[in-house]
Amino acid sequence: MNKRKMYFHMITASLIRRRSRMLVALLSIAIGAAILSGLVTIYYDVPRQMGAQFRNYGANMIFTPSDGSFTSADIEQGKSYIDSADIVGVTPYRYESVRIRELPVMAAGTDMQQAKLTSPYWSVEGEFPSAPGQMLLGANLAEQFRLGAGDTETVSFTPESDGGEVVADNMLDLTITGVLETGGPEEDYVYLWLSDLESLTGQSGKVDLAELSISANSEKLNQYADTISGSVPAVSARLVKRVTESETTVLTKLQALVLLVTVVVLALTMICVATTMTAVVAERRKEIGLRKAIGASNAGIIKEFMGEGMLLGAVGGIIGSILGFIFAQQVSINVFSSSISFIPLLVPITILVSVAVTGISCLLPIRSATQIDPALVLKGE
Amino acid sequence: MSLLELKNIYKIYGDLHALDDVNLKVEKGEWLSIMGPSGSGKSTMMNIIGCMDKPTKGEVLLDGVDISRENAKNLTAIRRDKIGLIFQQFHLVSYLTAIENVMLAQYYHSVPDEKEALEALDRVGLADRAKHLPSQLSGGEQQRVCVARALINYPEIILADEPTGNLDDANEKIVVDLFHKLHNDGTTLIVVTHDPEVAEVAQRTVFLRNGKLHKETINENFTGEIKFDK
Repeated sequence: MNKRKMYFHMITASLIRRRSRMLVALLSIAIGAAILSGLVTIYYDVPRQMGAQFRNYGANMIFTPSDGSFTSADIEQGKSYIDSADIVGVTPYRYESVRIRELPVMAAGTDMQQAKLTSPYWSVEGEFPSAPGQMLLGANLAEQFRLGAGDTETVSFTPESDGGEVVADNMLDLTITGVLETGGPEEDYVYLWLSDLESLTGQSGKVDLAELSISANSEKLNQYADTISGSVPAVSARLVKRVTESETTVLTKLQALVLLVTVVVLALTMICVATTMTAVVAERRKEIGLRKAIGASNAGIIKEFMGEGMLLGAVGGIIGSILGFIFAQQVSINVFSSSISFIPLLVPITILVSVAVTGISCLLPIRSATQIDPALVLKGE
Repeated sequence: MSLLELKNIYKIYGDLHALDDVNLKVEKGEWLSIMGPSGSGKSTMMNIIGCMDKPTKGEVLLDGVDISRENAKNLTAIRRDKIGLIFQQFHLVSYLTAIENVMLAQYYHSVPDEKEALEALDRVGLADRAKHLPSQLSGGEQQRVCVARALINYPEIILADEPTGNLDDANEKIVVDLFHKLHNDGTTLIVVTHDPEVAEVAQRTVFLRNGKLHKETINENFTGEIKFDK
């Protein structure tokens, strides 16, 4: 057995054969490392998770025409400047005044599937229209006309006349698949497929507004908006400030909180490890005295105790990485209702941080170990 | 030249003279016992001879070199290279096996050698207990491991502090017999003891009282033969 082998044998034997004592230190390091790695995982995953949460509050960008109106092609062009992975939904809207039972109502022609994505907060009693020929009726209109899901109603539109001629109404029979409840102005609208509205009005291609839901931070959103406004002349891209700003504020506060908790946990781990190691040194005073009596130098004592501490730190870091991921996963599932992505780089970082934290925590106890008098191993001490 | 020479040694703590003008010579290969009541200065003398303390005044010559003015680092090196220690309470590392405890002394001295450590355990009759932890050994066996550890680096002096103080009669005999063997092999032995029967088997016994060398007796009947029997 060479000297290095004996050294590793001694530090591992000390940890394994004295496991009841070292378990306390290992547990505190593992818990510290678990919380650290878990919180850092959450810290990096929170923007994604929160972004997904905020998408529930609706669109965070709006395309309006720079001059009058724009077309679906303009929206597609604007969309091309956004990273497709960031796009949650893009919903065009065209508004026209139509009539139901001779009473004027506002109709919004849209892509119903996309509307579902950009307005996830919409509550529909019944079904979302899945194909043209179907419509969604605002709750106020449903009450006014005493209509509900499953009813069919005729929607009419009077085309503009040239020179005062009487023009016949365009009419379309549409099936109501659901009643829309939002608690907002949407309840006064009737929502139909854009293609139905176009056939009703006899005009196609025109769009008044597009709502976009994009999964990105405010900085990136601003970049997208600037690029699109500058590159697509017909489109003016704006951010929905109340959504993007509250998202940024909440994220900043949440990340600061996670950072603060991480620092506190690190400090607590260091205190815990330092306390345990102090107890270990006190418990092993005679052993340290013996080692010094039979020829161990102070450097040798430091090397041995630091080795034990770092080995503990490494093992604690490995256990902590695993527990940390489980912890982060549980937090994510319970708070955000979605699973978290594993960050492989976090494993070596957690181990290194654990080793470093344990090493720093061991400094004072080890210093006191070097001051132990070897003479204490003699009788009477 | 004596292997060890204490010249006018004083150790003073405030008003207390733990050692008061002590002069002592130990020849190479000699077996010396140190006796005295509690508080007589035995432990202080052990600490100084064992390079674990320094005298307030006086010279300690080991192999002709004054070690009384050496710094802690050099004293550690001298202790490691020239002195083998045996303790009353054995002081084995609880999580290392018997052979690993012996190799620990080699580790600090030079290079651990399992074969040599096993031979040392064999000399104390414990080769078959090499892989046992101290908790699995009797008190006598633990003390024999301690002896094996003390002799593994071929020290100039073996310093034993109440080596039989925690042993029953049978184990006391085994340890004293081991001292006979070591002495016959040419090892210098300094044994501090309360037990007159253990002291009497040495070649020479010095008595300490109130920090002074009170008297000295020579064992006229010393032959080096093993005849310790209680």
